Amino acid sequence: MFSFLINRLLQSIVVLIAVALIAFSLFKFVGDPINNMVGQDTTLQEREELRERLGLNDPFHLQFYHFIKNAVVGDFGISYRHKVPVSDLIAERAPATLELSIISALLSVFIGIPMGVYTAIHRRGFISRSFMSLSLVGISLPTFLIGILFIFLFGVILRWLPTFGRGEVVSIGWWTTGLLTWSGIKSLILPSITLALFQMTLIMRLVRTEMLEVLCTDYIKFARARGLSEQAINFGHALKNTLIPVITIIGLQLGLVMAFAIITETVFQWPGMGMLFIQSIEEVDVPVMAAYLMMISVIFVSINLLVDILYAYIDPRLTIDGGSKHG
Amino acid sequence: MSMIKKILTTSVMTGMILGAGAVSANTLKFAFQGDAQSFDPHGLNETFTLGFLSNVYEGLTMLDKDIKVVPGLATSWEVTSPTTIVFKLRPGVKFHNGNSFNADDVIFSWQRTLSEGSDQKVRGMMVKEIKKIDDLTIEVHTDGPQPLMPSEWAWIFMMDKEWAEEHGAVNAANVKEKNANGYSLNHANGTGPFEVVSRQPDVKTVFKRSANHWNKINTNITDIIFTPVKQAATRTAALISGELDMVYPIPVQDWKRLDSEEGVSAIRGPEARTIFLGMDQSRDELLYSNIKGKNPLKDIRVRKAMAHALHLELIKKKIMRGASTPTGLMIAPQVNGFNSEYNTPYKYDPAMSKKLLAEAGYPDGFEITIDCPNNRYVNDEKICQAVASMMAKVGIKMKVLAQPKSKYFGKILAQNNYDTSMYLLGWTPGSMDVHNVLLGLISCQNKETKAGLFNLGNYCNKRVDELQKLVGVETDPVKRQAYIDEAMKIVKDEVGYLPLHQQPLSWGVNDKFQINQRADNVFDFRYVVKK
Repeated sequence: MFSFLINRLLQSIVVLIAVALIAFSLFKFVGDPINNMVGQDTTLQEREELRERLGLNDPFHLQFYHFIKNAVVGDFGISYRHKVPVSDLIAERAPATLELSIISALLSVFIGIPMGVYTAIHRRGFISRSFMSLSLVGISLPTFLIGILFIFLFGVILRWLPTFGRGEVVSIGWWTTGLLTWSGIKSLILPSITLALFQMTLIMRLVRTEMLEVLCTDYIKFARARGLSEQAINFGHALKNTLIPVITIIGLQLGLVMAFAIITETVFQWPGMGMLFIQSIEEVDVPVMAAYLMMISVIFVSINLLVDILYAYIDPRLTIDGGSKHG
Repeated sequence: MSMIKKILTTSVMTGMILGAGAVSANTLKFAFQGDAQSFDPHGLNETFTLGFLSNVYEGLTMLDKDIKVVPGLATSWEVTSPTTIVFKLRPGVKFHNGNSFNADDVIFSWQRTLSEGSDQKVRGMMVKEIKKIDDLTIEVHTDGPQPLMPSEWAWIFMMDKEWAEEHGAVNAANVKEKNANGYSLNHANGTGPFEVVSRQPDVKTVFKRSANHWNKINTNITDIIFTPVKQAATRTAALISGELDMVYPIPVQDWKRLDSEEGVSAIRGPEARTIFLGMDQSRDELLYSNIKGKNPLKDIRVRKAMAHALHLELIKKKIMRGASTPTGLMIAPQVNGFNSEYNTPYKYDPAMSKKLLAEAGYPDGFEITIDCPNNRYVNDEKICQAVASMMAKVGIKMKVLAQPKSKYFGKILAQNNYDTSMYLLGWTPGSMDVHNVLLGLISCQNKETKAGLFNLGNYCNKRVDELQKLVGVETDPVKRQAYIDEAMKIVKDEVGYLPLHQQPLSWGVNDKFQINQRADNVFDFRYVVKK
């Protein structure tokens, strides 16, 4: 178990360095940050001085070395645009994104799983069929479009819900939450559903397929033969066995929810990290872009690591062959 | 607990407002596509940031609703010798923290514009020395005659020396210094009509009407909430749903929708920004063309051919929804020095273009690439595509390279050695004076004097250079206009540039509010009135 862990950790570090290298080499294609930092009347010489001060004239390997050296101790430098430390910026924006992602993940799990179970049990029912066709919409329509459609339907035509922003937030220490005010909760509804929709339909379809498979197995038939109630069979035996692969996928998808939040945040002007990232790209705010990409990859790598460890814990056979992954 | 606190603060605030001005609370909520870079008054010389700040900070002079220069924190100024200007400061002006504004603050603010993190060095360097005569009189010394200094300084905002010292904001906020000078980024203490209550960059900024502002102003608004909203569709939706009272910019294609909706309108007007095409007239061979060994754009006949191939009315009709103002000059009517006599665009005459091209030795035309931004000006990429198809009609094959502004400016500007053969650019002179355009866009490139920094194609005429210098120092308005006219006529006759149009301003406003749309796209809170 210990060597398995070490092995996995080392792999994770290699992945992180690779991500940093790729991201860093992409930045030079984003454009020149200087023009966004100064006005049109600023002289050429001042622009050159600024480049020099920011170390943008250093060779690539030197810039990368400085970045890694500082990143290891959690220092991502100062945002070119906001002129404050990047870690402060991210800490300020993190609550908004986390709140949105967690609510969306909960929505997708607690709506997606029951829908999946229902459609598996009542395969030919009218409601199941409508769920299935609706889920196609969730999977195929881009988040951006769904967001805009929601805004126009619920914000502009019906005027039930706010069209943008986070509403009133309450600060608890460094954390800010919109869950304690009425306007905050109302503001959360549209973006969280928009963000949850894709995962929700994915989970629903996954649960349905797994469940259908499990329902055909011998022990379910045997349970029926024993005369157990339908409820006990479906929820006591079938669902439990369905959930093992589903949990893995949900874990991995959690990281995706945060990454997908970029688009939802842009549409709803949600003041989270995704919004910060998009704005940084536009303004070529390299320190923020670098920090965000590193953070997202750390999250992805940690979730993967956690899932692997959990798997090894559940099924010890996996550690022997080096921990090959399922799903 | 939080609820009680909120009620308490609200009632306290209401009480304060009632006590101070005895007006009812009127709130305006507005959005722009981005946020001001910071609240540091000398941090970035860019229209939106400075315009946003001009509601909080003020300069010795300021711009009124028609962008004319009027007295601000100085009541009057007088040129006493060619290199001396004496300013009388306005008595009784208080900063938001209660401190009085005086000569020391002017000297401090000027020195701050010269500090390392400042982006206002060019304006700061117009002045050599400021002498304090008494608390309300200063003597400004310049190296040479600087008749434009008072109007340029409308954008040099005055800070309170004591406040800056108290909060460690003596120098302009600097991107390189960690945790230093951070206070001025999100806090402000000006003399303007509105005070900053709170600010979270990119999320929300709250203003309230200042109780002791020196000036009589029109507005009856007491509180202003600003939220940047990046997506145009979201902005439009929030305006229609009534969550926001004013949003800008509105895409021109959304005008119809706003017009059909009740209670909101799209306010449009000509912006003082001129959109134009520039041409590389300095290299011996174009970087992006199939003609080798020579530069066709150096030939005035080719430039004329291009000028006559442009159908500006068609661009106006098809791309700008009838809302642009085709132009023949590099400056807009709002800019000081404008003379309508020279503003007639080049005549649309493709037959003449073909003839000129044949005469120049290009009967079958040639190929050229035009650089174009795709997120900077109104419909910028579409304009370039339209230009390309117009050029195709006379035989010039124009490839359009449209890129986001960061990439685009990174490619074509001086630090990348003007890597372009032809480009589309827009320009508003910050000073609203023609000299800024003559110096930056029309004078020959000169590394030492820093003239022609944005003359990317290096159009160069020695007489125009001389005229530019004369315009910069001439104080007699009649003589000055004669110099301007002569320069503009030369540029036009030589087809130094291809001016296209003034682009439209496009603001969306709830009909409950009356606002003044300034031609430099600055939203001035002083003229907002709730009906």
